[in-house]
Amino acid sequence: MKRRDFIQLSGMGLGAMMGASIPVLGNSVSVERLLEPAADAAQKKKMADVALNAARSKGATYTDVRIGRYLQQFLFTREKNVQNIVNAESYGVGIRVIVNGTWGFAATSDVSTAGIAKCAETAVAIAKANSKIQTEPVVLAPQKGVGEVVWNTPIKKNAFEIPVQDKIDLLLKVNSEALKNGAGFVTSNMFFVNEQKYFASTDGSYIDQDVHRIWPTFTVTAIDKAAGKFKTRDAISSPMGMGYEYLDGLASEKIAGPNGLVGYRNSYDMVEDVIFAAKQAKEKLTAKSVQAGKYDLVLDPNHLGLTIHESVGHPTELDRVLGYEANYAGTSFATLDKWKTKAFNYGSKEVNIVADKTQPHTLGAVGYDDEGVPCKQWDIIKDGILVNYQATRDQVNILGETASHGCCYADNWNSVQFQRMPNISLLPGKEKLSVQDMIKGVEKGIYIVGRGSYSIDQQRYNFQFGGQLFYEIKNGQISEMIDDVAYQSNTQEFWNSCAQICDKDDYRTFGSFFDGKGQPSQVSAVSHGSSTTRFNGVNVINTGRKIG
Amino acid sequence: MAILTKEEAKKIIDKVLAFSKADEMSVGLNGDRTGNIRYARNSVSTSGESTNLALSVTAVFGKRSGTATINEFDDASLEKTVRRAEEIAKLAPENPEYVPILGPQTYTETNSYIEKTAAINPDFRAKAAFDSIDPCVKKNLTAAGYLEDTTGFFAIGNSKGLFAYNKSTSVDFSITVRTADGQGSGYAIQDYNDVTKLSTKKSTEVAMQKAMASSAAKALEPGKYTVILEPAASIELLQNMMRSMDARNADEGRSFLSKKGGGIRLGEKLFDERVNIYSDPTNIEIPKAGFSGDGRPQEKVSWIENGVVKNLTYSRFWAEKKGVKAVPPPQGFIMLGGTQSLADLIKGTEKGILVTRFWYIRAVDPQTLLYTGLTRDGTFYIEKGQIKYPIKNFRFNESPVIMLNNLEAMGAPVRVNGSLIPPLKIRDFTFSSLSDAV
Repeated sequence: MKRRDFIQLSGMGLGAMMGASIPVLGNSVSVERLLEPAADAAQKKKMADVALNAARSKGATYTDVRIGRYLQQFLFTREKNVQNIVNAESYGVGIRVIVNGTWGFAATSDVSTAGIAKCAETAVAIAKANSKIQTEPVVLAPQKGVGEVVWNTPIKKNAFEIPVQDKIDLLLKVNSEALKNGAGFVTSNMFFVNEQKYFASTDGSYIDQDVHRIWPTFTVTAIDKAAGKFKTRDAISSPMGMGYEYLDGLASEKIAGPNGLVGYRNSYDMVEDVIFAAKQAKEKLTAKSVQAGKYDLVLDPNHLGLTIHESVGHPTELDRVLGYEANYAGTSFATLDKWKTKAFNYGSKEVNIVADKTQPHTLGAVGYDDEGVPCKQWDIIKDGILVNYQATRDQVNILGETASHGCCYADNWNSVQFQRMPNISLLPGKEKLSVQDMIKGVEKGIYIVGRGSYSIDQQRYNFQFGGQLFYEIKNGQISEMIDDVAYQSNTQEFWNSCAQICDKDDYRTFGSFFDGKGQPSQVSAVSHGSSTTRFNGVNVINTGRKIG
Repeated sequence: MAILTKEEAKKIIDKVLAFSKADEMSVGLNGDRTGNIRYARNSVSTSGESTNLALSVTAVFGKRSGTATINEFDDASLEKTVRRAEEIAKLAPENPEYVPILGPQTYTETNSYIEKTAAINPDFRAKAAFDSIDPCVKKNLTAAGYLEDTTGFFAIGNSKGLFAYNKSTSVDFSITVRTADGQGSGYAIQDYNDVTKLSTKKSTEVAMQKAMASSAAKALEPGKYTVILEPAASIELLQNMMRSMDARNADEGRSFLSKKGGGIRLGEKLFDERVNIYSDPTNIEIPKAGFSGDGRPQEKVSWIENGVVKNLTYSRFWAEKKGVKAVPPPQGFIMLGGTQSLADLIKGTEKGILVTRFWYIRAVDPQTLLYTGLTRDGTFYIEKGQIKYPIKNFRFNESPVIMLNNLEAMGAPVRVNGSLIPPLKIRDFTFSSLSDAV
């Protein structure tokens, strides 16, 4: 997309994020500006009514309006230097209408009465132009108006109120600890997002929400110049729907893993993690290259989250199943005919996966989605069987349901809302089981921690995942660190090889902060909870190569 | 209003610079109008249009810099933005890598703006979608496509007298056609500055043909195969390689261009001697702005010549440190090829696989530029110079560096994603597993 700025991360040594680009959604502003309050609800209600009335008078049979102020603060450092601080604000109005059974959408940063009314007219005009070639009229599930309501992410410390200097001090401390402990290079970053969004519709809803998200992360690089080798280790933090309190590093939220590893639940100790990372990156330089073959995999929640995201989250998006993403993200193997049998074994009996937009501290938690539907939790896979999908108001009728699942989201006021993934999480095992005890039962396996390289086909059958840390398991014990590991499998085969899941004491969320979908592409943020899980007999390949 | 002329843009930038009290000031002014139409299941799903005009001011005191942005253009707003940028700069930490702004530069004239593209309206987009959907409906096929057009300008100026302006248009179209039973899928893509070169009907016909021909695919064993990569397949791997040609990463020992024992591989022959890649903003097929975002001129640069690494990209800081010319990353590139068509390449292939498109390409190992991904929307087995039958999709694990050493033949380059890429015939391309996806 050309209408947005991107910060290219290719030259920044960001390990698994290499080549990624971070979208900046608004204008650059001062830090103080980020703390100025949004327009009050009464004023926004007036603006919303201008849009609703203008669209109705031009012939719209349904209208919703989103008045959004989107704030971002991103900090980038490397070694001893602050590379970039982005403070961005984006403010405007997006109006969506139905005319002749066809959607139309227009957006404007001109929030005057005339500007909003003109924008509503444009949305109606686009709907009318497209209705001429429309063959599938929109069927909207009923949604009773909820009146004037408010929902806020329950944060303890607003990250935007924390002085920039405090954040830089922490990042530079992280960098200095990395260098002290053997890293050749280090980049560290913080991403903060605040969505102040007001939704109104002709159903009679006026919803004011204040949503916060946070993601601290780093990559350390260890270099062996003589051997011409380098290895990286990324942070094992998780992006969260929390305030700056996530960085308190509370001991009570740490989970002791095997081999001295530490996992972080709802509080992250960034300095502790980077010290581990620097030492582990160095250890990777001389780690044994994996012998390709079948292994039992023991997957840490900070790794498994992405596998859940790609192999369960995306294939159960109903818009993909129906073909709306065929030209870009793809379709899905989890077709309606499989679901209708009520007997499609997505996974083994151990596998229970829920969709949830209410779980505290998660990226997907909001009170209402971007078409005014109250949020909830529901089953996607029950005892291994595919039982449901993720749907919006204009899709849910296809499932024979009368109420939307509340899965509609737009990443900005100027983007049209569409079906996006709620939190999709694997429920913990019911029986008491620690990671250490799980490993005791594995004869030939690999324990994998952290998010690495990931790729999956357009119908979500065949995937390949890497990780940050790999440990060989021999006869019930971790023997040593190994490297060059990636596993390949088929989604249904993989989830049916799920043998054991640790109990709730090991449960943590992983998150995807910039999940991309749609044309024009939009980002969204989503969490995936799980406990450490064992999968039997998975195909592992060796990714080591030589060039030149 | 969103598309300002060179004179209008210069007037605003000069006015902003006159308000400056900083040691140095840079101004960026950009505007665009972008529209799109998206369809699936043979019907329009979403469509929209937006305009944007924004001014960005960067003030510098010593080695401290601050940026503020605004989209209001009265004198008071402009001055307020300058003051805000100055305030942010004074509070910013010192950047030890700061390099002073450039003075006036000489830029090559380029032409990337076409009036007919700028005139695209909602009716044009609806018609373009209809021209793609209608033939599919008639053949009981399902179309999903996306058209996006952008008209925009970008101007920069600074307190040392540098000024640059570029106006451009672009149109991007992609189409996926699937058979009714979901067993066949085809894809085509086009991008131009000039919309008169675009035919959504013609592109759709290619995708339709591939969809129908790809039904009932057979499974081949994974392994090493000779492949013919259409430009839409190879482009992303090549783009990833070009983005990895940063000198600093190489000097720091964390690049495929780092040398064992230290140093970089500039001047080394890393690829087959027939590999030549360069960039040129004046190329009429892929015209680009004659300058980069920080004001450096974009010139004709040879990146790989006869298989030898000829140039790396440098930030101005790193170039100054190394005492070399600061060559900016190019906006697109040209890979020289041959004169053969894709059909000729197929004719000259004893046994091989034709790949329409790669999908979900991700880095596996930055040390060797190893990537993984999958074939998609039309993969075919070739025997004795003919397409024999469709085959099931493969996952690959391959490095563009290895791939460009295993070069067999090249066809005539075509435009894809703003670059010119030839169809490539490559031996020993590594497919590591099968995918059931269609």
